[in-house]
Amino acid sequence: MSVREPSIVRRADGRFDVDIPEDQRDVLRGLPDQLRQLLTDADPETDEALRRLFPRADLDDPAHAAEFDRMVREDLLLQREASIEAMERTLDAGELKEDELVGWLGVLNDLRLVLGTRLAVTEETTQDDFAPDDPRAHAYALYGYLTYLEDEIVQALSAD
Amino acid sequence: MGRNAVAPVEVDRPAGDQDLEPDVPWVVIVWNDPINLMSYVAYVFQKLFGYSREKATRLMLDVHEKGRAAVSHGSKEKCEFDVSRLHAHGLWATMQKDR
Repeated sequence: MSVREPSIVRRADGRFDVDIPEDQRDVLRGLPDQLRQLLTDADPETDEALRRLFPRADLDDPAHAAEFDRMVREDLLLQREASIEAMERTLDAGELKEDELVGWLGVLNDLRLVLGTRLAVTEETTQDDFAPDDPRAHAYALYGYLTYLEDEIVQALSAD
Repeated sequence: MGRNAVAPVEVDRPAGDQDLEPDVPWVVIVWNDPINLMSYVAYVFQKLFGYSREKATRLMLDVHEKGRAAVSHGSKEKCEFDVSRLHAHGLWATMQKDR
């Protein structure tokens, strides 16, 4: 039995060692800006992924849901932009401060929500659901990699 | 989370505010979705609400197995704050009157 070393580890000084190979960092490199483009350019009324990032807060009262959206949307966009900038700034770093790693986590989770919504994943979806020549197969493989990396980050942040 | 030592009790409501049930408590619901990781959801509950790992895991499992869980209660303003933080973390959260 082989036990793989975790790629992200909390150190005694509170920082995190990040051991991600260069080719995987290259996969990640363009993703924060793609999320920024979606947040900036997509139509909040019709884009299903954007609607997943900003769900209706009140299912009983549309007026309250709209008021809530007006109240918080700008702030949530600014928080997401801050996470995007943190990940872009530290994409090649071998160590991260906790707030930087939390920024990565926010971006990766948003990207998984976007990809998962576009691919209409369910809890039963697997790579076998997409033929190798299906353009969605590549997107699902990326989704799977982001799932792995996000779980690594959550485990590292949750470690005592 | 810190708490203001002296919190203002009276809030000036704009004229025409239709909130005729100011004392009705609200509840924040998190709904199951097939994308968010179970480990991530439990982590968010711990981080946002200060819940123990056990309580956060129990709530996460309720979301996963029952389809939804009530994760916080309180005034309309408190629940709006909690929903906005849950949305910032990508969770599918709504609020409703608790009755």
